[in-house]
Amino acid sequence: MRTINSNNPFGDSHQHHVLSVLVQNRPGVLARVSGLFARRGYNIYSLAVAPTDDADYSRITIVVDISATPLEQIVKQLFKLIDVVRITELDPRKSVERELMLATVRIDGEHRGQIVELANIFEAKVLAVGSDAISLSMDGTPEKLDDFEELLKGYGIVESQRTGRVALPKLERETRKGALKGKAS
Amino acid sequence: MSNKETLTGAEALIRSLEMENVEIMFGLPGGCILPAYDPLLKSSIRHILVRHEQGAGHMAQGYAHVTGRPGVAMVTSGPAATNMVTPLCDAFMDSIPMICITGQVPTTAIGTDAFQECDTVGITRSVTKHNELIMHPDDIPMAVRQAFHIATTGRPGPVLLDVPKDVLQNTMTWTWPTDEEVIASLPGYKPTTKGHPKMIKEAAKLILAAEKPLLYIGGGVLKARAADVVRELAELLQIPVVTTLMARGAFPDSHPLCLGMPGMHGNATAITAMQKSDLLINFGARFDDRVTGKVSTFAPDAKVIHVDIDPAEQGKVRKPDVPIVGDCRIVVEEILKSVQELLAEGSTQVNIDPWRSKVSGWREKFPVAYDQSEPGGRLKPQFCLEKLRDAAPEGTIVVSGVGQHQMWTSLFWKFNEPYTWVNSGGLGTMGFSVPAAIGAKAARPDRTVWAIDGDGCFQMTAQELVTASTEGIHIKVAILNNTYLGMVRQWQEMFYGERYSEVNLAGCPDFVKWAEAMGCVGIRVDSVEEIDGAIELANSINDRSVVIDFRVEEFEKVFPMVPAGASNDEVLLHPSQESQREFLR
Repeated sequence: MRTINSNNPFGDSHQHHVLSVLVQNRPGVLARVSGLFARRGYNIYSLAVAPTDDADYSRITIVVDISATPLEQIVKQLFKLIDVVRITELDPRKSVERELMLATVRIDGEHRGQIVELANIFEAKVLAVGSDAISLSMDGTPEKLDDFEELLKGYGIVESQRTGRVALPKLERETRKGALKGKAS
Repeated sequence: MSNKETLTGAEALIRSLEMENVEIMFGLPGGCILPAYDPLLKSSIRHILVRHEQGAGHMAQGYAHVTGRPGVAMVTSGPAATNMVTPLCDAFMDSIPMICITGQVPTTAIGTDAFQECDTVGITRSVTKHNELIMHPDDIPMAVRQAFHIATTGRPGPVLLDVPKDVLQNTMTWTWPTDEEVIASLPGYKPTTKGHPKMIKEAAKLILAAEKPLLYIGGGVLKARAADVVRELAELLQIPVVTTLMARGAFPDSHPLCLGMPGMHGNATAITAMQKSDLLINFGARFDDRVTGKVSTFAPDAKVIHVDIDPAEQGKVRKPDVPIVGDCRIVVEEILKSVQELLAEGSTQVNIDPWRSKVSGWREKFPVAYDQSEPGGRLKPQFCLEKLRDAAPEGTIVVSGVGQHQMWTSLFWKFNEPYTWVNSGGLGTMGFSVPAAIGAKAARPDRTVWAIDGDGCFQMTAQELVTASTEGIHIKVAILNNTYLGMVRQWQEMFYGERYSEVNLAGCPDFVKWAEAMGCVGIRVDSVEEIDGAIELANSINDRSVVIDFRVEEFEKVFPMVPAGASNDEVLLHPSQESQREFLR
């Protein structure tokens, strides 16, 4: 089994690039973005999309698994899409990333306690318990989810689903203060 | 307008096109677009009825090529829309401003596999700069304004508007959005036009310091209408110029600094000048694979200044030393000004005389060459072209298809004026010539328009000669007829051990009869003696289109040639020049 690396903020994602793409919230925009990746021969590793607080815009968080040179090209090509308003490449070290996982794991009497204990350690939630299976939900950094998933595999995952990551830039110290102040006032 | 006016979507569409100053559009009606054809009856817009939707698309392209204004095509849904995919892709590859309007099944039927339904915006998404399905008649004026804005600014390109039938039939309250409203509606679209001042200065310094500078100009120079400033810069510093396939005419072939076309079938001087240059000054070209040959050995000692309005072209193929994103005209003007300032401040240009004399030497030794035919032998296509060229009135617009005849035309014609050369460069669309020539002639009825075509290309779209005849748009067509898919035949001869597979078009129809059947004058030329008379006759006819069928040598090949994937240094010269190759080292 792989060693647990939850404490390593870089995890195994050093090859990944996270693009946060702000788009106009219009029909077909996701097809334009994903079509462009396909057309230029790049793979999307994961993708999450939802409207922002302003319903006119959506944010697409795309994780791509490519080296820096084609990344620059894909960013430029993406920006040519009329509906794309802004693209930010998020450095994993300078951003907060979260992902959600749902998993149903096979249980028998003697292992149920172990799984619940594991869920507690990882701050996962127990969603439902059946006679031979348990459903869990966990949100966290993708690396932490990897670790949890790896441990659950030992018990037999019946079904699992991950959302793909969402990310935002980390607040700088100064901004953080400002943000807090803003919230207080 | 004080009183709010109620229009149908169809009326709003046609009025919007009128408001965008559309004078001519090309199209063919059908079920879902029917409502839009009704208000067209009383519109100021001239509609040219084609015989196949692909023809409408290429005509719109030809119109746009020679005017710089967007060409407009309107067709129905389903098969009409799919027939439009090739022209859209062609326009996208060559950055041609174009507006395409397609009918769509009613909004209530979308997604039901209705008659003549297809996912037009889905199919055309990757071959348009932008496309839009209009779901409400109120949205029509803004969608049209956005389409014209997007098609004509930044890097130009095709925009498609897909309009369901009920959106055309239902009513709306007429409003015409202001420029500000259009721009505000496109928060993600802000093309950069002005170059970065620091980069401009850096470019100017590099240009003055280069020992072997070369201007490498592409279609962007024509799109930005920058030919005159480019010439001013070239003349000021006496820098030689290569003009890519898309830029033929952007710098006069008659000019002593003009080296002509580089690339796979470029001339030896232009190719070698790129290879030996120490500074490529790229204005609006994109390091296309047909120009660079094997990229890793392309212009190995050259620094690169790359001016392009599309940021994605910077570093896509070749990493520039000085990337400048901006409109070619604005940026070249700024570079010129910066050069003039540096010179006024006492900077001097490095002496480039040795470079220019080296280039002149190549030019003398390696003119574009072909073997004249033996007495009584078959016509040489190059000879026919030279004859056509020499008899053509000044300002003649030349439109080619794709293949050997295209390369020969680019090599042997003398283009001395911008916007006189129309061809399918990026996509390489066979059959482009006849319809594009009709579009060009519709735009410029004052000019002679020669379509130079191959027999393979001609058979793809020549039914549009009917359109030419019925609409009174009189073009002239020269078919360099070698009864082969000539370029493919050349590759099979050279790279597939003369194993000819499915390239012989012998048994092709009688093109003279074909021309006559379509209301044109048809002339066949079999021998050298007939050439002059035929061309003279063709040039004298102005009330009908003319087709000359030049029955040319079957096995003629295009030289020079850089084989696919090979380095430009390995250019194959005309056999008569191979012995001199060492002079290119």
